[in-house]
Amino acid sequence: MKTTTRVLLAAMLCTAAVACSKKVKEEAPVDTGPSTGTVATSPSTAGAYTPADLDSDACLRQRVVYFDLDQDTLRPEFQAVMACHAKYLRDRNAARVSLEGHADERGSREYNQGLGERRGNGVSSALQANGGSAAQIAVVSYGEERPVCNDSNEDCWARNRRVEIIYTAR
Amino acid sequence: MIALLFILPPAQAAKLRGLTFSTTGKPMKPILIRCLLALFVLGLPMLASAQQQGLEIDITGGSAQAMPIAVIPMPYQGSGTPPDTDVAAVVRADLDRSGQFRTLPERDIVERPTRGSEVQYPTWRALRQDFLVVGRVVDAGGGSYRVEYELFDVAKQERVLGLAMTARPNAMRDVAHQMADAIYEKITGVRGAFWTRIAYITQTGVGQNARYALIVADSDGHNPQTVVRSNEPLMSPAWSPDGRRVAYVSFESGNSAIYIQDITSGGRELVSSFRGINGAPAFSPDGRRLALSLSRSGNPEIYVMDLGSKALTQVTNHFAIDTSPSWAPDGSSIYFISDRGGRPQVYQAPASGGNATRVTFEGSYNADPSVSFDGKKIAVAQGSGNVYRIALLDRSLGSPRWSTLSPGSLDESPSFAPNAGMVLYAAREGRRGVLYAVSSDGRVRQRLVLAEGDVREPAWGPFREQR
Repeated sequence: MKTTTRVLLAAMLCTAAVACSKKVKEEAPVDTGPSTGTVATSPSTAGAYTPADLDSDACLRQRVVYFDLDQDTLRPEFQAVMACHAKYLRDRNAARVSLEGHADERGSREYNQGLGERRGNGVSSALQANGGSAAQIAVVSYGEERPVCNDSNEDCWARNRRVEIIYTAR
Repeated sequence: MIALLFILPPAQAAKLRGLTFSTTGKPMKPILIRCLLALFVLGLPMLASAQQQGLEIDITGGSAQAMPIAVIPMPYQGSGTPPDTDVAAVVRADLDRSGQFRTLPERDIVERPTRGSEVQYPTWRALRQDFLVVGRVVDAGGGSYRVEYELFDVAKQERVLGLAMTARPNAMRDVAHQMADAIYEKITGVRGAFWTRIAYITQTGVGQNARYALIVADSDGHNPQTVVRSNEPLMSPAWSPDGRRVAYVSFESGNSAIYIQDITSGGRELVSSFRGINGAPAFSPDGRRLALSLSRSGNPEIYVMDLGSKALTQVTNHFAIDTSPSWAPDGSSIYFISDRGGRPQVYQAPASGGNATRVTFEGSYNADPSVSFDGKKIAVAQGSGNVYRIALLDRSLGSPRWSTLSPGSLDESPSFAPNAGMVLYAAREGRRGVLYAVSSDGRVRQRLVLAEGDVREPAWGPFREQR
């Protein structure tokens, strides 16, 4: 190739590069001010949850945590669920979650209100340990008053010993 | 009798069930059937309440030590419309239910005296009856009735009671219950608790279609009235000592909250809606304070609320679950359950706050305490493995004695009658919640079944008349 052509080609490429880079620079969003906290603001961090993820993300779609008899400690298999819901709360400042605690039918109804709350508190602690904010979490206990099944057997009892994660604001 | 119930319209069938508590299937008197048909045709409001009533009572056990007593049918001797209540039958059912008496079935009543002069003692001695009740219903003017009745001691051949009561037609069941109370007290020396009311929670439907109600009814299940209805759970009904109000827990606001409602007017007051659990309300014996369980501090503790000022006094201070307060009769201390020892047991603490002392040392799980009027007995739901039974701790003698009152396996919520003669509790039969009444000595157990849905959390109300 002749030198003139090379120089011209290089100049064209340089011009194009400068022009393109200028365009990239102009298009970059500038977000240096303090967060206004409105729902519409999207975080600039990549990989942050959005409300649509509540319905599509496999982890976020898990909304029930189950417990062993007389226990309010989380079983290991629910730790991942805690992590993704805690992340959602961190990513979405305006999100609010109600943890509804339940117990199986055996024993005193009034005592079971306390057991349901202990389980709700256990999930709340796990969410906070994973970075969720206590201000976004409420715990309500229904004791044994809202069973999902009415059979007096182990299978049904296990399904009733639960905490339900209810998003009251997304 | 069962076939008759099937072919009759529901309202009339309910009335027949309600009027014949015997399981022996004795036939109704023809005059009574005609009266019922006449009333059905006229469509009196009484029938509407009978239709909603739906509580049947079956006696499942008996006692050889119960006192034999014959309650003779009491005929109407007036000139107007006869009452639609078979007063003698209501008295018979009350006395049977107590476990202290065994009434002579109506078909075995061979003579029908209505007053002392007509009583032939040899007949009743031959039938081995200890006592005899006779009476009659006459007009009292203005549409009211008067029931005149007498109680006789067969062995001594003497009259021990002669009384009369006047009432409107719609209050004849109340009259019968008061008669049963007078007879019971005269013979046993213990005040009768037949003229009392009970409260309980019902649930029909499941899940999103669940409907809850708090019902107040006569202690035999008749005349149910709905005090409150809700689409959200209701719990823990508790009577005020004057019988005029009930406190209860409602989830209608999205969390548990405690209301006190006037039964007659329906007016109610929200008394507790703190963050966390608001549960287990219990009126003090003088009606001026309310014990309750609140978890506003982070875990459920017992508090006492002054109902005048709404000021709270904290009674317990422990990270365990403390709930189900039940007042000692002198109002100075409160029994409650706590799992501070691992699993629920009954404890006692001063109502003004202070150290709690443990009361139950048998059984790995003791909850739902109900304290008798004299403080001597505590009924609990006692758990052992998966079986929950009603057990009684009797401290009237030197050392505490335990007895089991129910067979299980999911029995809970015991509630003493105000004379401590019987205990009402909730049981599970199949997929249905039912109520049972058991005599405190465990001899007689009687099931009350709601026609549809679940019945639970019974609370036995106070005597209807203060003495």
